[in-house]
This record gives sequence, structure tokens and C-alpha cells, in this order.
Amino acid sequence: MTLATRRLAFATTALLGLALGAASANAADLVVYCGVQEEWCQAMMNAFTKETGIKVAMTRKSAGETYAQVKAEGSNPKGDVWWGGTGDAFLQAAEDGLLSEYKSPKLAELHPWAQRQAADAQYRAVGIYAGGLGFAVNTEVLAKKKVAEPACWADLVKPEYKGEIQIANPNSSGTAYATLATLVQIFGENPAFDFMKQLHGNISQYTKSGAAPAVAAGRGEASIGIVFMHDGVTQTVNGFPVKVVAPCEGTGYEVGSMGIIKGGPNPDLAKKFYEFALTPKAQETADQAKSYQVQANVATPLSPHAPRLEKVKLIDYDFKKFGSAAERKRLLSRWDNEIGNLR
Amino acid sequence: MFRSHLLWLIVGWIAWTIAPWYGFASSRQPILGGWPASGLLAGLDDAPWLLPLGLFLALPVPFVATRSRLVGPALVVAGAGGLGWMMLQGVAIIHKGWAWPFLADLFGPIAAGQPGMGFGAMATALAFLFFLTMGLAARGAMKGDRFTTGAIGLLVASISLFVFWPVSTVFSQAMLPDADMSGPAALIHRLTAKDIWSLGCVTGTTRCGVVWNSVVLGTLCGVITTVLGLAFALVATRTTFPYQRLLRLLSVLPIITPPFVIGLAVILLFGRNGTVTLFLAENFGLTATRWIYGLPGILLTQTLAFTPIAFLVLIGVVQGIAPSMEEAAQTLRAGRWQTFRRVTWPLMRPGLANAFLVGFIESLADFGNPLVMGGGYEVLSTKIFYAVVGAQNDPGRAAALGIVLLALCIGAFLVQRRWVGTGSYTTVGGKGFAGTPAELPRWLKNAVYATALPWAAFTFLLYGLILYGGFVENWGRNNTFTLRHYVTAFGLDWNQYGLLWTGRAWNSLFTTLEVSAVSAPLTAAMGLITAYLLVRQRFTGQATFEFMTMLSFAIPGTVIGVAYILAFNQPPVELTGTAAILVVCFVFRNMPVAIRAGVAAMSQLDKNLDECALTLGANSAQTIRRVIMPLLRPAIVAALVYSFVRAITSVSAVIFLVSARHDMATSYIVGRVEIGDFGLAIAYSSVLVVLMGLAIIFIQWIVGERRIARPTPHAPAARPQEVAA
Repeated sequence: MTLATRRLAFATTALLGLALGAASANAADLVVYCGVQEEWCQAMMNAFTKETGIKVAMTRKSAGETYAQVKAEGSNPKGDVWWGGTGDAFLQAAEDGLLSEYKSPKLAELHPWAQRQAADAQYRAVGIYAGGLGFAVNTEVLAKKKVAEPACWADLVKPEYKGEIQIANPNSSGTAYATLATLVQIFGENPAFDFMKQLHGNISQYTKSGAAPAVAAGRGEASIGIVFMHDGVTQTVNGFPVKVVAPCEGTGYEVGSMGIIKGGPNPDLAKKFYEFALTPKAQETADQAKSYQVQANVATPLSPHAPRLEKVKLIDYDFKKFGSAAERKRLLSRWDNEIGNLR
Repeated sequence: MFRSHLLWLIVGWIAWTIAPWYGFASSRQPILGGWPASGLLAGLDDAPWLLPLGLFLALPVPFVATRSRLVGPALVVAGAGGLGWMMLQGVAIIHKGWAWPFLADLFGPIAAGQPGMGFGAMATALAFLFFLTMGLAARGAMKGDRFTTGAIGLLVASISLFVFWPVSTVFSQAMLPDADMSGPAALIHRLTAKDIWSLGCVTGTTRCGVVWNSVVLGTLCGVITTVLGLAFALVATRTTFPYQRLLRLLSVLPIITPPFVIGLAVILLFGRNGTVTLFLAENFGLTATRWIYGLPGILLTQTLAFTPIAFLVLIGVVQGIAPSMEEAAQTLRAGRWQTFRRVTWPLMRPGLANAFLVGFIESLADFGNPLVMGGGYEVLSTKIFYAVVGAQNDPGRAAALGIVLLALCIGAFLVQRRWVGTGSYTTVGGKGFAGTPAELPRWLKNAVYATALPWAAFTFLLYGLILYGGFVENWGRNNTFTLRHYVTAFGLDWNQYGLLWTGRAWNSLFTTLEVSAVSAPLTAAMGLITAYLLVRQRFTGQATFEFMTMLSFAIPGTVIGVAYILAFNQPPVELTGTAAILVVCFVFRNMPVAIRAGVAAMSQLDKNLDECALTLGANSAQTIRRVIMPLLRPAIVAALVYSFVRAITSVSAVIFLVSARHDMATSYIVGRVEIGDFGLAIAYSSVLVVLMGLAIIFIQWIVGERRIARPTPHAPAARPQEVAA
């Protein structure tokens, strides 16, 4: 046998050896897919480990990414709990049978919107936080341009905002899809599409990610971003001249959710985490980690920075209808044909 | 009897009888005093389907022992049979028991399923594979060269397993029936969608299809990176430019930069509120616009990012062109320009073509830059990403878009092959004196300087700013000095238990470095062996083989990521959640660049060199080690550097493959960028850049320089010939 063959053999063996060495995580750890900001994810997992002594292996991904992963892993699930991320993705996963049904005794302690999310998902998911849609407005840029701040959805189509507004593309972002659904629910479908066509003239860019318009507004790359209000607050807290505005006609909201992955490796630990996540103690971690959504448990104190949902006119958002795959597909393809195709 | 026969027999037997059969992502309960079950023990226990493997292992033994002339056929039968049986049982019996219910009806129920293959199973499979290739060699395949047959077998098997299988799994999703459409109808509908092919921007008011956007971007990017890469390569090898080393370092910087960072820097300079934009607006009264978003921005960032790759491919080629040919031309009274045009340029064709191909494909598959800089300009890669993870959740569409993207890459690949043609590009022969490199024509030299130097200066400026950005509170708004970002990411603490890694980035940093360090040498080795097989050997199915090696490169990372989950989430090969899946993914994704660099460099080496070695009694493995390898050092460096660095900086494939214990640096950085926490992202990136720079220096030191007997322009005295020595 030649030297090179021996090396080849050695290299192959080394690969296998390393693979083996790196293989097989400790099976007793709870595996959580986390869908909120990394800081909050960390804080939450640390709090849970401190409380129960159970070690958590956590991965952070966006809701869409986690959904794609949970679905791909469906035949042999590797995760236990999916915690955080926009509710639509959870409803979809519940519809696909990827989450297992579980009714927590703590359901009664939650805000009505959180309970409704659980009912809509046939108790395969539960609401853990909520956030309303609004505008992140860069006051510095607008003042320089001597343009008033927008207060209503209807203001956004005014000619003085030409090229100043950013919103995400609803095909890629759950935030933008929620906006689309909100407008349809406020104005009715046809007027809503007319409104978006007018709005199109003022929009400088349809971003890919939902929170990107808030970042752009913070940096002054745009002066108005249509985003979830708590994403705007994050920019304000980070020192950017961003003011968060709730539209006067009323606005829609998201219910961030949690679910137990069906067939996951540690179902009992998953339930422990689920119960813990619904306590005020767990939900207080959000504020410490600069996340300003409204928490699901009624007893959780509201962060001083959080946008007050009770002062915002919230519409009666029909999650069941607008979260269903068929309705989503129909609205998105209409958006593609009437707005996405425009130059 | 050959020693290799005996060796692989022993490996096979040990792997089957002693080594733990299952493993990686999940394993079985150990039996017999805590020792994990080997194939034999599990077979005797409750997995009787593993026992027949012993027959296949036993079959060649008498033939090898008696040195029978029938050893070849025996090895072929044992190898093919063993592999076949392993595949059959692996696919039929998964973690839940029988994979399909009709098997249970046929053979009766079984006690339990089996987890994914582990070390023992893999080594047994390898032994069977080499039985097969050694048997074929003994029967006269590839002139009886066991190394060549073994290498082909190993590569074909691993590429089929880690590229072909996952990719076909995901592409079959394009056939998923949609609402009221049957599979094939849905496929056609998806492939012909208006948003892919529309030419609306030429004729009317709507947008153009995403394919045209991608093609325009890819072609521009391929051409520009090739031109810039060539300019740098010429400056570095054919001029007396005093700061060549610095230039080389600078040109490599962008490749070692994590994605998004270049885009961020460009936005902070040229965005509507960027430093340069504001400066121009204040001093020259220009209106601040958002021109950078869209094609200009993507092209700029991609050019910054991919020029180094073109440079790495081209520098080996430019260095390797034998000056003797140019001298011959000049002796025949050709001017400098004629020499360059008629001799140097044609000899560079394989390098140029390969550089363009890499630039084009990189641009098509790139996802980070279009994401940050894209504006309204949509390209295939981002569209695919959001078809998978976006609000649409439409894997069928993603697969169809992936097929379109792949078709574009194949098109570019075929064009490239045509252009290079079948001419001879050999310039490194066994002859002693090679001559002095011809100087470039003066105007060309000036043009090369004029191209390379401003670009280098721009890169330098950009990196200065990036480094600076990590040290200020909030770049662009609050420029006070701070170490806050570095402390958050890389904080250390000391208490009674010893050193505490309190920084948030340590975990992902260690995993990243480990995975990259493991995958880089593997990538380079596999890539260069493949290149050798492609350039130096002729076998049936070679074109298909070459195409298959390019497959994983041409497919966007997102698709690869999902494909890997679909294929490797359950037995027989269960890898999700391990570091192994990251390593495997990187090896097969980055291998094509190693192959391209190897092919480009190897087509310059005279085949006489191999033949000399073979005549003198060396076999092909020795020829590779003693003759080809030393001459391929630039290609080896390119392959190692590229694969190490790409393992650190790639995002899209990794997003789906990272797991809690194996998080990667880039997925952490992306999370920071998403919420606008640029300081931390930049601080982390700066640290990665420095680490990768050190790694590159280390790699160059380990591999060493290629020493071709060629005088430097400063010291015209010819050194003794070291090549054929």
C-alpha cells in the first residue's frame, strides 16, 4: 500500500473520528428553538436553568427559519420547544400537525389575546407576548425636511413623504404580512389595495426583514418605517432619534407564541419549560433584555418603555382567517400582481 | 497479495466486530458491560439483519490468503454485495422500525428500529468500497492503479451521498402538487412563473423577472472580479511594485470578512445618511439620494468580496506561465504587446475562465450582500431564501427557483468549457532553464496600476473604517471611544474556579474555529485529488463526474441547508445537530473552488513530468506526492485558505444546520445586524478578520512557496533546478 493511500486512509479515519467525537449531544438537555432577539433568548434560558436546574440547548432563528426547520425535521424531530416568534408561523405549524396539543393550567392567568391564540391553534400553541403595528419615525430627518410627523395610515400617502417610507415585503416578512392583513381589516380589501398602490409611490424600498425599516429609520436611511412598535422602541433605547407612532385609525398586532414540538426527544422537560415560560418571573426577562413586547401573563409588570397597548386602538384582528394558508396565499399573490410588480 | 488488500480486510473486520456500529446523532443502549454495540453484537442481539455482512467480509479472505488469481472478482463481489446490503438494510429499517409498512407484512414485525450509522458502520462501508475498487483495479481498471480506482470510488461515493442525494431530495419538492394542480403541472407552472422570466422592464412599467436581474449581476460581477483579480495578479508577479506583499494582504482582506460587514460599511459611507454622501451634500450641494441601494450597491459589495477569489485563482496561473515562451517570442522579434497578446494572454485562458466562472457562480449564490444592499433589486438567491423561510412558506417554489439557478450555473459552466477549449496550456515542464518573465508593455502596466491601486486604496479605507466602527459607541451617531462591544463579546473573568469565558461570543467562536480547521484540509485534499483525476486521468463518465462536483457550489446555501436536513435527519445517515454535518456541508460546498484552483494550476504542468516519474518506477500516488504536489503549492494555499475562510464566513447554509451546541459566528453576527446593533457585529467581525489573517499566514508558512527554477527580475542569475530534483 502506498504512502498516499495510507494518508488518504488516515484523513478519512480522522474525519470519522472527529465526527464521532463531536457526535451525540447529552440527550437529557432540553432543546429550545428561540424566535426572539438573541439577548432575550439568553436571558430566558438562563432564568429557566436557574429556576429548575435543567440545562437548555438553545438555537436562535427567525420564525420563518424555525418553521422551515421544524417542518424539515418532522420525520424525526430534534427540538422540544419552540419559544417566541410571530404567531402566524405557529398557526401554520399547528395546522400541519407539527406541534402537540397541551392545555396549561395557567391559561386562565393570561390576557384574552393569548388565550384566543391558544384556542385558534387548537391548543397546540399559546400566546406569550403581543406587539402592535405602528410607525418608527426619525424625528431628526423630518424636522430637517420641515415635514410633519404622520399620525394616521391615511397620512402616509401624502406627497411630502415621497421616497421616505420603508416597509418589508409581505412575501418575506411576517410583519409586512400582518400590515397587509391589518389594512384589509381596517379599510376592506379593495380600498386597502388601492391605498397600498398609492403608498407604493412613497416607498423607497420593500426590505426583506420585518424589523429592517426600524433600523433604517434609526440610521436616517428612511424617515418612516412601518414596523412593530416594540422594534421601534429598541431603536429609541439604542440612542437613535426615533419616535414610535400608533396610527389613529387603529392598528393590528401580532401574538408571539410558544408550542411543544410533536415527537420531540424530551416531552416532560418541554412541559416544565412551557409552564415556566407562562409565569411572570419568566416574562420579566424581556424588559431586562431590551425587548418591549407586552407579556401574556396579566401579572407581569409592564416595562416603562413598552408601547401601551391599552392606549392604542387595536382592531379585532382575525388571526384564524388571516393566518390560514389559503387566505395568505390569495392575498400575497394579489399583492404580487397589483403592487409587487410595479416599478 | 497486496498489503492494501490485507489492510482493508482488517479494517472491515475490526469495524464490524468491535467498533460501535451506531452513533453520531443518536445511539443505542450499550450492551455487554457498557461497550456500545458493534455490528456483530447488535446482530446477535436484536438486529439480525447485520449478520449477513460477516459473509461478505469473509468471502475475500481465502482468496487473499492463498494469493489466488481470482482475488479480483472475489473482492468485487464482496465489496458490491456488502455495500448493497448495507444500503438496503439502512434504507429499509429506520429509527421507527420498517420504513414502509409492506415490509412488515412481508417479513413480520421487528423489535426495534435502528439509529443512524456510526463509526463502525461507516468504516465497514469504507472497507467494502475499497474492496470494490481494489477488485476492479486487480481486474485491470485504470491500468490496475489501485490509488486511482480508490480515489474515484471514494469521491463518487461521497459526492453521491453528500451532494447528489440531498440535492435530489430537495429538488423533488418542485414536483409537490399544488392546490388543484397535479405534480408535473405544478412544476411547469412554477418554472414558468412571470416573476422569474418577465421582460416587463424593457417593454413597460412592470419589473423584470428575477432571472434577468441575476444574470446581469452575475455577468458584471464575473467580468469585473476577473479583471481586478488579473490586475492584482499581474502587479504581484510581473511588476516591480515595491509593496507587493502589502498589496497581496489587502487583496485578500475582503475574503476574510464576514458577510454583511462590507455592506454595512458601504451603507455607512454611501447611504443616504452616509459619511461620504453627507460630505458631498454639504460641500457640493448635491441632493442625498439612495442610489447605492440596488444594482450599484450589490455589485460594489460583491466585487469587494469576490475579487480576492479571482486573484487567488489567477495568481497561480500567472506565476506558472513559463517565461521561456515569452522569451522565445521576443527572440523572434515580437514586441512586448505582441508577446502579451499572442503568448501570455492565451496561456492565461484557463485561469481567466475559471476565475470568471467562480465569480459568476459566487454572485448568483451570494445572499448576504443582496439582502443588505438590494433595495428593490431582486435576485434569485434572496427570492429562494424567502420562499423557504418567508411568509409564503413555499418549498415547491423554492425548489423550482433553485432549479432555475442551477440551470444558469450549468450554462455558465458549459460556456466556460467551450471558451477554454481543448488547447494545451502546459508551461511548466521538466526542462532546466525557464527564462526571465517578460515585462508588461508600458501602457498595460500603467493600466494595471490604474486598476489595482485605487481599488486597493478603497479597500484599505473601508477596512480602516470597519476597525474604527468596533471601537465607537454607535457608529455614525455617537463617535466616542469605547471598548464596550469587545467586552460584551469577548469578556474574560477570573474567580476562584479559574478563568471564566463571560463574553457572549466565545461559544460560537470556538465552534467556528474548530469546524473550519477540520474542514479546510479535508476540502483541499478532496478538491486537489478530484482535480488530479479530472486533468490527468481519463475514465468513462468523467464529464458527469465533473458536473456533479460543481453541483453543491451552484446551489444557494439555503437550499443546501434544507436539503441537508431533509436527507440527514433520520437513519441511515443521521447527522443533524452534530458538528459533523457542518464539516460535511463545508467540505462539499467549498470543494469546487479547490477543484477549480487545482484544475487551473494542473493544466499548466507538463504531462512529461508525470511520465518521467512513472518511467522511473513511481506509482501514481508517489507521482502526486513528489512531483505534482510541490508544483501545486499556490493551488494548495488557495484551496486551504478559501475553505478555511469560507467555513467561517458563510451564512445561508449554516442557518439551518447550526444547533444549540454548535452555533456559528456568522449566525450570531446576523442576529446582531438584524436589530441594528452594528457595534457588536463589527467588533466580532474584526476579531474574526484578525484570526483569519493569522491563519492565512500560518497556512502559507506550512505549505511553503512553489520553487520553480526561475530567476527573479532583481537577481537574474538562474538558481539550480529544483523542480525535477
